[in-house]
Amino acid sequence: MAIFSVVVLTMPLWMQPFGAAYPDILQKFVIFGVFAIGYNILFGLTGYLSFGHAAFLGVGSYTAVWSFKLLTMNIVPAIILSVVMSGIFAVAMGYVALRRSGIYFSILTLAFAQMCYNLAYSVLTPITNGETGLQLAKSDPRIIDRLFSEAGEGLPSTTLFGIETSGYSGFYISAVIMIIVFYISLKIFNSSFGLKLKAIKANQNRMRYLGFNTKPYLLSAFVISGMYAGLAGGLLAATDPLAGAERMQWTASGEVILMTILGGVGTLFGPLLGVIIIKYFENIFSAVNQLDLHSLYAIFPAWLENSLVAISSLFVGEGWHMTLGLLFMFVVAFLPGGVLEGLQLIYKKIKTRLIKNNKSTGTDTDTKQETGANHGE
Amino acid sequence: MGSKAVLQVTNVLKTFGGLKALNNLNLTIEEGTVHAIIGPNGAGKSTLLNVCIGQLTPDTGSVEFDGKNITGLEPHEISQRGISRVFQTPQIFEELDILQNVMIPALAHLDGQFTFNAVKDLRHRDDVKRAAMEIIEQMNLADQLHDRAGAMSRGNKRRLELAMCLVQKPKLLLLDEPTAGMARADTNQTIEILKKIKATGMTKVIIEHDMNVVFSLADRVSVLAQGTIIAEGTPAEIRESEIVKEAYLGGAKI
Ligand SMILES: Nc1ncnc2c1ncn2[C@@H]1O[C@H](COP(=O)(O)OP(=O)(O)OP(=O)(O)O)[C@@H](O)[C@H]1O
Ligand SMILES: [Mg+2]
Repeated sequence: MAIFSVVVLTMPLWMQPFGAAYPDILQKFVIFGVFAIGYNILFGLTGYLSFGHAAFLGVGSYTAVWSFKLLTMNIVPAIILSVVMSGIFAVAMGYVALRRSGIYFSILTLAFAQMCYNLAYSVLTPITNGETGLQLAKSDPRIIDRLFSEAGEGLPSTTLFGIETSGYSGFYISAVIMIIVFYISLKIFNSSFGLKLKAIKANQNRMRYLGFNTKPYLLSAFVISGMYAGLAGGLLAATDPLAGAERMQWTASGEVILMTILGGVGTLFGPLLGVIIIKYFENIFSAVNQLDLHSLYAIFPAWLENSLVAISSLFVGEGWHMTLGLLFMFVVAFLPGGVLEGLQLIYKKIKTRLIKNNKSTGTDTDTKQETGANHGE
Repeated sequence: MGSKAVLQVTNVLKTFGGLKALNNLNLTIEEGTVHAIIGPNGAGKSTLLNVCIGQLTPDTGSVEFDGKNITGLEPHEISQRGISRVFQTPQIFEELDILQNVMIPALAHLDGQFTFNAVKDLRHRDDVKRAAMEIIEQMNLADQLHDRAGAMSRGNKRRLELAMCLVQKPKLLLLDEPTAGMARADTNQTIEILKKIKATGMTKVIIEHDMNVVFSLADRVSVLAQGTIIAEGTPAEIRESEIVKEAYLGGAKI
């Protein structure tokens, strides 16, 4: 746990060589980390595949922005309220959707989330501000802030008792929260509750015949993971006080599913790995444009250069999802345990190879060790 | 031999489409006995157990356990009242290891049908671990504690499932062919284990095709054919009975 905290908090340092050491993407890593950790508590432990978690992300964001508008720019109440609010939504959605299992459960959650999304655009525009998205305004009441000070010039920014929540401090605040919720998920994994959830995934009927009422267990797991999603939504709003309905779209639920499976579903670190991989490559690939490609292939003759650019451009920029799709297919087909499993395999291979080499000759171990270290990253 | 009825099945009818799997069946299981149920394939033996544990609800008739009507209760409620079952095809948690497989029913027994404890590390639940280990040792599974249950042989899976049921200390244990698919040595070992449990006075219903098992364990035997009990008595009586020979034993020996 201590090592984990250090690794997370030093991300600005070791992400430098990857060109991902700026606050925007670091914040995304840890906030979507919260989302994926929570999603994994439901999907990883119980095997119930929810397509509705984007709704909680959205609810969390709207709640946080309303808290900024009505109460205070301090993020503490905003975050607490987003967790509570998404928890309430999760109880409602879970109560209905958990009447079914398997594909029917997934469809019910999808329907519920799409309903929230459509409501946000139509009937609920007074609350959500429709397509424009919910924003802060100078005229907002901010009752609690007004008790202490006069409204200043311009839009106030979100704070944690005076600490700015954008930029690097925003990253550190989110990172500390992620470390805390990771610790909670670790506790859940090792508790009797966690074991029962794993057993429900393995054989729910057996659980019933052994005397467990499985419904409340599933509902608890669903609500906990919904609250994690709400927390992530609240944090998104806390670092950038704006909430739009697109956050509730099913593609956002799809993304967290991809992250969890890509990294390694049901493992503690897998989902986090998935978040980093997806958010990092999204950042790189979607930023590449035709010009970059031309300069990349400049050494080739013109005809080859042009065709290479044409092929590659399918996979970058807007086409980044194509790359993601291929990567995902590769992982699911060859590494059902996700990238984490792949890393473990490589680690094991290298270890056995190292031991063998040590026995025969001591000469080329140095180079081997180096490759080992690289893979370990 | 006890005289109090632990399980009372009264006039139970269960149909699947036009098929009467249980046809107005009556059965009384007395406290402390080992009651064997024998009968040809498709007689309705497993269906009878399904009705007893709430997996199926009878069309008509009732099931009473410990003097209380349990017809229509949820499976987990029935289990919490003290009925455990070993299934014909082992029902275990294939993805989990052996220790976990036995700790789960121990949790059901110690903590009840729902307790939310997401904080306490299971490794600190000594009571759960002790209960599980005791049974695992009895079943000679201790050397495979951290093996994945799904990777075990069929015989070991059965033994594991029996361990899962025993750790719940049920008042009534239902066994659906506990030795089917076991090698001779495993069968003998299971008989020894069942004899040991018999000595504790736990009431048992055992469905079995193997007559050696039946005659070495049972106090009473009921013969089930086409959804009804056609004969009942001590093992010796059943062995001699003409209708039984005709309806079942003759056919089974082919
Ligand atoms: N869920 C079900 N749906 C439809 N038919 C069923 C169902 N369960 C059992 N049956 C039918 O009911 C009859 C009794 O089945 P049951 O499994 O109780 O027999 P059994 O005595 O346990 O046989 P075996 O010795 O082969 O285990 C069979 O004809 C079976 O096909
Ligand atoms: Mg059967």
